Amino acid sequence: MRRDVFHAIADPNRRAILSLLASQRLTLNGVAENFRISRPAVSKHIKILKECGLVVVIPQGRERYCEARFDRLGEVADWVEQYRQIWEQRFTRLDDLLEVMKKEK
Amino acid sequence: MPSKNKVTVTAEPGKQELFITREFDAPRELVYKAHIDPKLYVQWLGPHGYEMILETFEPVSGGKYRYVHKDKDGNKYGFHGTFHAMSLENMVQTFEFEGNPGHVSLDCMTLEELPGGRTKATIHSIFQSVADRDGMVQNGMERGVREGYERLDDILSDMK
Repeated sequence: MRRDVFHAIADPNRRAILSLLASQRLTLNGVAENFRISRPAVSKHIKILKECGLVVVIPQGRERYCEARFDRLGEVADWVEQYRQIWEQRFTRLDDLLEVMKKEK
Repeated sequence: MPSKNKVTVTAEPGKQELFITREFDAPRELVYKAHIDPKLYVQWLGPHGYEMILETFEPVSGGKYRYVHKDKDGNKYGFHGTFHAMSLENMVQTFEFEGNPGHVSLDCMTLEELPGGRTKATIHSIFQSVADRDGMVQNGMERGVREGYERLDDILSDMK
């Protein structure tokens, strides 16, 4: 599964979560209150954002706070990184195809 | 899952060229075949979410190619060029996005055999100008990624 900044921002809910966290840190429940989607669904999106390095979860007392980290968004603005992503996607598909070809051989 | 092979893009500031390298866990003949067999080529070249239509494909010296990426709204993006050399060691072709006609790049690809049945691909792309090289992504030539960029704009504007 792809886990990078491009994957993170491909989903409208994740973009909305990032926008929400841009101005404030919130607990998972605090984030979920702002969405109509279920709490587990929000939790899953937060997990993906975490894996992509765009959100960190900081325990504080009994609560766990989500904070946005925007440093990595610079990757999306960088054309070399964008171009690299194009080839990454393309060659990942080629990998899959090559696996099939190796078995057929 | 084998360890992931990463794409490296090297583009020095102010130059008209760039290099792409990537390793594959497959022998060179198979990597080459995936580039010259039209049935295989269409399976991996197109961007995600787009239909890839390969209209012309003549992978021999002097042969032509043209393909179209079609999105779900029916928008079409055409690309074409000419093959100049086609061999395992050296594949040379021109590339032009029809949305930006007259701006042609030259792509040279080499496939190098590595131990253990692996292959290293190196693509050297040369553009007509530095602006052509740097503007390639924003030109809309690769929409999937450009959409990613537009989504970033949404987020950044929310942050203000």
